[in-house]
Amino acid sequence: MTLSVAVRRRLGAFDLDATFESEGRLTVLFGPSGSGKTSVVNLIAGLLKPDWGRIAVDGRVLVDTKAQISIPMHRRRIGYVFQDARLFPHLTVRQNLGYGRFFAPKTERKEDFAHVVDLLGIDHLLDRRPSLLSGGEKQRVAIGRALLSSPRLLLMDEPLAALDEARKAEIMPYLERLRDETKVPIVYVSHSIAEVARLATTIAVMAEGKVVACGAARDIVGRLDLMPPDERREAGAVLDMVVAEQDRHFGMTVLRSAAGDIRAVGLNYAIGSVHRVRIRARDVMLAVERPVGLSALNILSGTIAAIAPAGDHLIEVRLNCHGETIISRITRQSLETLALAVGREVFAVVKAVAFDEGTVSREERIET
Amino acid sequence: MNWLGNWLGLGPDEWSAVRLSLQVSSVEMIVSLPFGIIAAMVLARGKFRGKSFLDGVIHLPLVLPPVVTGYLLLITFGRRAPVGAFLADHFGIVFAFRWTGAALACGIMGFPLMVRAIRLSVEAVDRRLESAAGTLGANPAWAFATVTLPLILPGVIAGMILSFARAMGEFGATITFVSNIPGETQTLPSAIYTFTQVPGGDAGALRLTLVSVIVSMAALVISEALARHVGRRLQTR
Repeated sequence: MTLSVAVRRRLGAFDLDATFESEGRLTVLFGPSGSGKTSVVNLIAGLLKPDWGRIAVDGRVLVDTKAQISIPMHRRRIGYVFQDARLFPHLTVRQNLGYGRFFAPKTERKEDFAHVVDLLGIDHLLDRRPSLLSGGEKQRVAIGRALLSSPRLLLMDEPLAALDEARKAEIMPYLERLRDETKVPIVYVSHSIAEVARLATTIAVMAEGKVVACGAARDIVGRLDLMPPDERREAGAVLDMVVAEQDRHFGMTVLRSAAGDIRAVGLNYAIGSVHRVRIRARDVMLAVERPVGLSALNILSGTIAAIAPAGDHLIEVRLNCHGETIISRITRQSLETLALAVGREVFAVVKAVAFDEGTVSREERIET
Repeated sequence: MNWLGNWLGLGPDEWSAVRLSLQVSSVEMIVSLPFGIIAAMVLARGKFRGKSFLDGVIHLPLVLPPVVTGYLLLITFGRRAPVGAFLADHFGIVFAFRWTGAALACGIMGFPLMVRAIRLSVEAVDRRLESAAGTLGANPAWAFATVTLPLILPGVIAGMILSFARAMGEFGATITFVSNIPGETQTLPSAIYTFTQVPGGDAGALRLTLVSVIVSMAALVISEALARHVGRRLQTR
């Protein structure tokens, strides 16, 4: 799938000028609220028309102001999962699910009803009305409804934003299955690093109506300078790790990567499965000698690859740990006390409790 | 249906007035419905010059004396009036002194009530549901038929009942436009009026009044029941 977007649109006093291309399975439009993410998605869906520009999916032009092409929304075949679900209140869940399917050309009805219902775990809801569903259930039905219209591209505008943490955790695995088990490419709007780090294959970072960076998820998530200030606490390096061992006695899981082994607690995953692990920069301590007598279980060795300021008195230190990147956020005082400099060998210390279901993804089955 | 008339103790003329009123009101209600929905959609959603003028014209029958409305109809749709002559010559539709004219008068008198009720429910519809339907492949006509229309149904029902009830009671415009011809244009209110003008007509007037009350009550009860049924399906969004 190739999605190419190059559009300009004026919205009141706000100028949107977004250009990016993505070939990823799941492209995240990432940025703070008001950066224009939803507008970009609305332009792709056809809810908004650009003043200038072109949008194409797999070479199929959806809108091109120069060629005066603008396919109307209902013929774009682009699924849209709205932030607020927008289920039809007068229809049952089953009828809501069937709505888009009815309009899809028969030859293109790729998604099987039973499979989608099973994928999203909504079979017990089919005969209910939307008003009787919880927020998380509504959102799952909305995803199913969009999916069953057999779209060529699925847009998701912060589908988790209106939900509390428990509901988010409930839906996240379904989104991962969606990415890995269906063939529909997804464009996902988010301002949460936790979501982005778990889901994205490609990230386009937006700020003030512009795409400021676009690239593979791994490269972008580690760039703390691109992260919106209120999300920096959650930012950090993202590594793919394999479950190497399960220690039943202590309930520990050993996750392995080139950077070394990491021990995490309370993760019940099969040995050999691959997981995406986010190591928050604020959870990483640095030591100039291998520490002893420490409760923290994870000590990784590496060399300092880069040092960059991250705010007034904070420093972001980037380590090269045997080819993998680990990022640590420390104070300027620590930097000067330890006399850290690029090229110096250091030890990164991470507590095992820094890893949980929010930072370690479900098993990955995705080719990147 | 005559047994009903007999059972109520109505004479043939009285029964024909009741039947005519029901016929006029039903036809008026059904024929004006599509126009009412279109007008409500235009007034609720449209953005154009002269919208408040259109709004005013539609609401005029509500504030004008009914006799004035009836007279305006007479000089527009009368046999020799411009529109009336055109319709009679080209389509064979005659309004003057026919029950169809009574239906036209009642339709126009009830139109603002119907439009107001439907418009309120159109304004309450979350338009984002229509764009959701659009992204799922429904063109605007389908989106209207499958999303908007079911959602405004309570308002449509209320508008229909209001228009029907208004037609059952319409007197001034009807008698001015199509007169008071027994069996052709003598509706329930006209018949009651006639009874009150002749000596000894009290009993007949009372019988018809009773029918009028029953029909109005029935309309209210039916509309309540329908609204509750539809409302239960919609509940919250």
